[in-house]
Amino acid sequence: MITKKNGYLRPLDLKHGRIDMNHGAGGRVGAQLVDELFARAFNNPYLRQGNDGALLSVPAGQRLVMATDAHVISPLFFPGGDIGSLAVHGTVNDVAMLGATPLYLSASFILEEGFPLAQLKRIVESMAAASRACGVPVVTGDTKVVEKGKGDGVFISTTGLGVVPEGRDIGGANAQPGDAVLLSGSIGEHGVAVLSQRESLQFETAILSDSAALHTLVAAMLAAAPEGAVHVLRDPTRGGLATTLNEIAQQSGVGMLLQEAAIPVLPQVAAACELLGLDPLYIANEGKLVAIVAPEAASAVLAAMRTHPLGLRAAQIGQVSEDANRFVQMTTAFGGRRVVDWLSGEPLPRIC
Amino acid sequence: MKYVDEFRDGTLARNLAASLQAEVDPARHYSFMEFCGGHTHALARYGVVDLLPGNVRMIHGPGCPVCVLPIGRIDMGIQLALERGAMLCTYGDVMRVPASDGLSLLRAKARGGDIRMVYSPADALQLARNHPGREVVFLAIGFETTTPPSALVIRQAAREGIKNFSVLCCHVLTPSAITHILQSPEVAQYGTLALDGFVGPAHVSIVIGSAVYEPFASTYRKPVVISGFEPLDVMQSILMLVRQVNQGRAEVENQFTRAVNRAGNRAAQAVTTEVFELRDSFEWRGLGEVPFSALKIRPEFAPFDAECRFELIYQAVPDHQQCECGAILRGVKRPTECKLFGTVCTPENPMGSCMVSSEGSCAAHYTYGRFRDIPVLTT
Repeated sequence: MITKKNGYLRPLDLKHGRIDMNHGAGGRVGAQLVDELFARAFNNPYLRQGNDGALLSVPAGQRLVMATDAHVISPLFFPGGDIGSLAVHGTVNDVAMLGATPLYLSASFILEEGFPLAQLKRIVESMAAASRACGVPVVTGDTKVVEKGKGDGVFISTTGLGVVPEGRDIGGANAQPGDAVLLSGSIGEHGVAVLSQRESLQFETAILSDSAALHTLVAAMLAAAPEGAVHVLRDPTRGGLATTLNEIAQQSGVGMLLQEAAIPVLPQVAAACELLGLDPLYIANEGKLVAIVAPEAASAVLAAMRTHPLGLRAAQIGQVSEDANRFVQMTTAFGGRRVVDWLSGEPLPRIC
Repeated sequence: MKYVDEFRDGTLARNLAASLQAEVDPARHYSFMEFCGGHTHALARYGVVDLLPGNVRMIHGPGCPVCVLPIGRIDMGIQLALERGAMLCTYGDVMRVPASDGLSLLRAKARGGDIRMVYSPADALQLARNHPGREVVFLAIGFETTTPPSALVIRQAAREGIKNFSVLCCHVLTPSAITHILQSPEVAQYGTLALDGFVGPAHVSIVIGSAVYEPFASTYRKPVVISGFEPLDVMQSILMLVRQVNQGRAEVENQFTRAVNRAGNRAAQAVTTEVFELRDSFEWRGLGEVPFSALKIRPEFAPFDAECRFELIYQAVPDHQQCECGAILRGVKRPTECKLFGTVCTPENPMGSCMVSSEGSCAAHYTYGRFRDIPVLTT
């Protein structure tokens, strides 16, 4: 991937330059972009192999886990993160939700003609910093350029590889009646932080996206419980907590009963949702997880979550029930009961 | 959340539930219509229904602005976006309302229409300022709550001499809808719809005041309690209605005193009258043509009236034959009595308008309350 420096090549103008079609044409200009921006930021032995793919070693006795995620967020920069860090966290989390240790990432960038190189540099450096902080290197990548108007600045697609020991079986179909439903912290921050930056909807808020890599939290939880006690792990991203719980109920053929009062929501998030006519249960998170855990292990797992910086506000929010209709129901803080349904379409604000 | 949580307090709710239980006459039934979609939503969202005595039935009224918008009106908006190249702006709720030819604003957008969701008509006016080369149309819907903001932007556009902005006015009036229900055969002649009183509008009443409901109490002998949109408001209002019924009273009472007075917001009324005038008749989805039930833009502001500007002609479009939205909006049927409910008509694929907005009776029941009438298809 890293080509020999041509002494006569003028360095990339990372201050005022813009992406043009040449950057994707596969010639010297493209190689220079890879060299001076991507390879420099993500620098690691796998990238330095300089091949089209990376040769990776896999620990013995482990199974591979692979997950992929495309990131098309608008705006690209939001309070608490950007598309770069998000592209790392999102995929690392998808791998971690199978109880796996994430090891490697690939990244492919689709860049729109005219995109400022300074912004691209900011994104790539943030992505590299996130990858270093997670300990999961970007080992291979690709860049394509599309004509102006055919992209939205930058799209980043990442794939993650991880390993999980033989015998560990964590997945959405494993919830059992009686299991405890645990949530690692307050919901709705990512969605509200992003919404607050939308051109049509600017409002002042101090809410930061919760974008974070959850694999160390997962490791701490798994270490605190006997093998097999954690049945399901899932990060409630798009569609929010409500949609994630419905997915699990559907997959496992069970129902759930939640306690609204137990679900942590920051007051700022509650206020913003109130104002916009949205429900925090349906707002995206990027640094939270739901765990469905055998009842006898619930308190140990919850205690482990609460000692981890990403799980300080972890709580048991309900339990799994037997229900042929697979309803997720909730006792409201008001004292009634209701269904917590799937999200249908984009969350739309109510009019009055 | 301060000033909001106080109105959602579980302990107070239990106390109110106990008072209701103690005061209802077990020998009779109580049927109250909550007019507003906001009340319907609160009843379902907070599980208020579980806290009411078994002999108190809440009937969902026609006060969901999205639900009563007829197909033909959405078609006009779609026509503007797809055929006339206009940038069409509207409230988020309207985006999914089913229109003709399997379209909705959301689907028209996917076909290339420039259709945008805004939170306020002022945002639409701003888009017009920002895109002087484009025709920007605000599809204005809603009851008296959303009417003054529409009036304000029209007046503002006129003052600024903005040439590329207009409003497709679909504003409707609450009192005419209530009258329509009270005069409907089911209530007035056959008595098939027992109606003991109304939970009166919250935000609408802030604008129009409480006095306008007095004829309903005096002429039709139906108690009206104007109620806030929070769940405790609704419970307290139901208790006030039960008391009126028990004591044989039919009065307008105001539970929402923190916001509503007898005269309403005169400034809002003034700007509304300045810009809008009564329509002779307007088609409501579910209710049909209702005389003097809606507003149109006055001739003085004709350049800002999309109907004049684009010479739009309204064409009525019938609802799906089996759709019971009409009967549901009049309170004659419950969502579960519709054959389409939960089978072909779901929030993902709404056939009728009551399934679109979370304020609609069908959507509220499907989304929050369907565990009460299991079995419903789950996949």
